[in-house]
Amino acid sequence: MNTFYFIAFLSIFFSILVITAKNPVHSILYLILTFFTFTIHYILLNAQFLAIVNFIVYMGAILVLFLYTLMLMNLNKESEQPKSNLIKFAAVIGGGCFLVTIVAALKAFGASNPVILKDPNLGLVKNLGKVLFNEYLLPFEISSVLLLSAMVGAVLLATKDPKTAA
Amino acid sequence: MELADIIVKFILVVIIFAISLVIAMYSTYAERKIAAFFQDRIGPNRAGPWGLLQPLADGGKMFLKEEIIPTNASSFLFIVGPSLAIMTACIGSAVIPWGQKLTIGAHVIDLQVADINVGILYVFGVVSLGVYGVMIGGWASNNKYSLLGAIRAASQNISYEISMGLSIIALLLITGTLSLRQIAEQQHSWHWNVLSQPVGFILFLICAFAETNRTPFDLPECETELVGGYHTEYSSMKLGFYLFAEYINMFISSAVMVTLYWGAYNYPFMDWMAAHIGTNGAVILGVTLMFAKIFLFIFFFMWVRWTIPRFRYDQLMDLGWKILIPIAIANIVVTGIVITLINR
Repeated sequence: MNTFYFIAFLSIFFSILVITAKNPVHSILYLILTFFTFTIHYILLNAQFLAIVNFIVYMGAILVLFLYTLMLMNLNKESEQPKSNLIKFAAVIGGGCFLVTIVAALKAFGASNPVILKDPNLGLVKNLGKVLFNEYLLPFEISSVLLLSAMVGAVLLATKDPKTAA
Repeated sequence: MELADIIVKFILVVIIFAISLVIAMYSTYAERKIAAFFQDRIGPNRAGPWGLLQPLADGGKMFLKEEIIPTNASSFLFIVGPSLAIMTACIGSAVIPWGQKLTIGAHVIDLQVADINVGILYVFGVVSLGVYGVMIGGWASNNKYSLLGAIRAASQNISYEISMGLSIIALLLITGTLSLRQIAEQQHSWHWNVLSQPVGFILFLICAFAETNRTPFDLPECETELVGGYHTEYSSMKLGFYLFAEYINMFISSAVMVTLYWGAYNYPFMDWMAAHIGTNGAVILGVTLMFAKIFLFIFFFMWVRWTIPRFRYDQLMDLGWKILIPIAIANIVVTGIVITLINR
């Protein structure tokens, strides 16, 4: 349990640094550390497959692309638009409402009680695969079609329209 | 876990670490000698007999040279870059099974540091983490050439990781496990996976070249366009770490290829050998043969480097996205159909 509290502290600490860091590249690097602590959380829950997939997909691919884009855009303080007070005010109210909703939802669910898994080996690849392809086959297939359509859409947006390009 | 087990594991880790470093050191020597042979030169021959002490001299030079951190560089990240590169290169060897179990007296020694059940994905994760060393170092140098090198490295790694993952999926359809130990055991004697997955192996090999930034895919450090690429601003041992990491990566990816496709520590007639020279003798022979296979692959990496010129960047992307990925997907489909027909 102590490990959990330490890692949870690190997650929150790094995620605060993500939003307070002045340099956008530093902020992405803190985000990478935050995702790394999530990987440790998964391992503590004995969900090895989720842990390693989180590691490969989020840390190894998505955040590399984030970093890539930020390096290309070369954001710095001078090019940043100053935010007006109205936007800051709206952001504070919006964020506060979201926080209240989350806290209320957590309280309603009683999620502060630790969840005890019926089967501690549920997170291993074999069991996860069986559950995904037996019990949850339809949602699994639908979400894969959703991802495929997103991919096709991205390619379509990236290619030039032959009529307008000429 | 008992104390004795922990000590054994610790010794194993130290040995593997030392072997990786020594192999990386002597890979630099081998590369120069092989390059010399291909170009009809002599190569290093001054330090020690046949120039065998050359890597030590190079190491000494790297340590003793002046260390320069550019004024406008982000000094912390400038140091993090090479550290991350060498660290990710060294942790990949943890899941590779180097041999069968040795039996000494009552003790059974497992020649693998950690047999985790997602072993192959672990290797994959470490590979995908490796690009951060290059990216962070390239960005922190505050140099346009370094930045371009870093960006090239990032897009190249991401593109080739996809076809690498797809080529592994076809292999996993056959093996039915993610544990490298079990994959190695399934290839007992001569049942090597390369016989059933030749296309997958070639795809994996090409992607391994791209992931280790070796010629013909060494665009991140393409000196004709980018001075030195991501390590333009680096000097002394920090540069040494980047170069060293490349050689360790070459060693680890050769080891992974041998484990996945070329039968790991298995060899034909291994049962006959075990019956004649004893179990431990056969195990040690297996480990030796595994290293022999790894050295062949390292030689192959160097052979290609001194034979084939570098790709252009758009050719690299075309190869990755328009050729390798469709072939990899076709390979998965064909493998799936064949497995279904056989198991029916």
